[in-house]
Amino acid sequence: MSETKIVDARNTFCPGPLMELIQYMKRAEVGDTLELLSTDNGTVNDVPEWVNKVGHEMVSSEKIEEVWHIKVRKTK
Amino acid sequence: MRILVVGGGTGGTIVANNLARRLAGEIRSKKAQITMLSASDQHMYQPGLLYVAFGQMMPDELYRDQKSLLEASIEFHVDPVERFELDQNQVRTHSGKTIPYDVLVIATGSRIVPEEVPGLAEGGETFYTEEAAVKMFKALRAFEGGNVGIVVGVPHKCPIAPVEVTFSLHDYFKTRGIRDKVHIKYHYPINRIHTIENVAIWAKPEFDRIGVEYETLFNVDEVDAKNKVVKSMEGTEYAYDLLIYIPPHRGMEVIEQNKLGEGGWIPTDRSQLKMQGYDNVYVVGDTTNLPVSKTGSAAHFEAEVIAENIASNIKIGSAVRDYDGKVYCFIEAGHDRATYAMFNYENPPDLKPPNQPMHWFKMSYNKMYWTSVRGLL
Repeated sequence: MSETKIVDARNTFCPGPLMELIQYMKRAEVGDTLELLSTDNGTVNDVPEWVNKVGHEMVSSEKIEEVWHIKVRKTK
Repeated sequence: MRILVVGGGTGGTIVANNLARRLAGEIRSKKAQITMLSASDQHMYQPGLLYVAFGQMMPDELYRDQKSLLEASIEFHVDPVERFELDQNQVRTHSGKTIPYDVLVIATGSRIVPEEVPGLAEGGETFYTEEAAVKMFKALRAFEGGNVGIVVGVPHKCPIAPVEVTFSLHDYFKTRGIRDKVHIKYHYPINRIHTIENVAIWAKPEFDRIGVEYETLFNVDEVDAKNKVVKSMEGTEYAYDLLIYIPPHRGMEVIEQNKLGEGGWIPTDRSQLKMQGYDNVYVVGDTTNLPVSKTGSAAHFEAEVIAENIASNIKIGSAVRDYDGKVYCFIEAGHDRATYAMFNYENPPDLKPPNQPMHWFKMSYNKMYWTSVRGLL
């Protein structure tokens, strides 16, 4: 089983959380899970919209102490 | 105290010059020395490439001799590092030298990797190298009308460039009197037209006003150069006559070869800008893995913090400043108007309407850069 890799995109306006996630997803292997950390509340909607369109898999999404933890699995 | 700066771009040059001034006394009394190793004897003002692509600057305006930009007390060698031996506090260079240090600053920058997208280099034009910018200008000059597609690789240096090139394309074709024969379509990787929300809020009505179509959630995946079709990871495609691309980037190969960071980006502390796990190694500019814009501006502000802290550590045994994520980017909104975005880790930019004075300020800065990189501005 692949380990979960953390993508720390807290407090970033540019390049921003989704752009950071896309960068790391491009380099990840199929089956890898990435956990995106974000303090931007928009991320909770932005990430699933991209993940669903591109065809990866949303694993989980939860807010812990003002930080969103969003897990995504690369499927292709 | 032996301070070694690896890389002679914006970040490395400002660190070295700033330090040379702060440590002038220590250097004179032989208590400190600053050495810079670079891969080139030339220094390029990279933001100027956008102007080269539109015939507004000539390539030779973008270069100065690196040595001429450095304080005289800095020892400068064109001898790129091939091996970083961080646990021994030394590097090995292309010429075979072993150079020990007490403090290391890694400022090797980034490189474009259009080859990561099949067909992109063959099918498109870009302005991220001198050769490419000249080629793009000639392609624009020969273009008589049709579909112009703009696509954006991830990650990329200069996050403002996609909108700037779009506005410039509009103005360029308008000036040539063929704007009505050109359909411009902008494609962007995330679900708004710029990653900075306030830039997206500003640019969207501007695009509408000048007749630029846009598609979001478009990550360029492949270009069929023969049939002139660009395809996205998300499953959409665009048939183009002229394709302009912002290339994807990686850190330099030497960083990857030495396994200092995935993708060539070195894991870096956000505020002290030290390489994670090493108290005497600093990282500046594009080389970091920080979620900060890869721009000369970020490198500049980071470099000032690094230089001040290295100097204060020598003088009082303590760092005195934290990097707060500050970035200041000019935004050219065509050939005669500009605005800017200034932000940090905590505060988003508050965009002002573009105006002509800000454009002229940017044009002036294109010359003032040489003062800035010397650490005087």
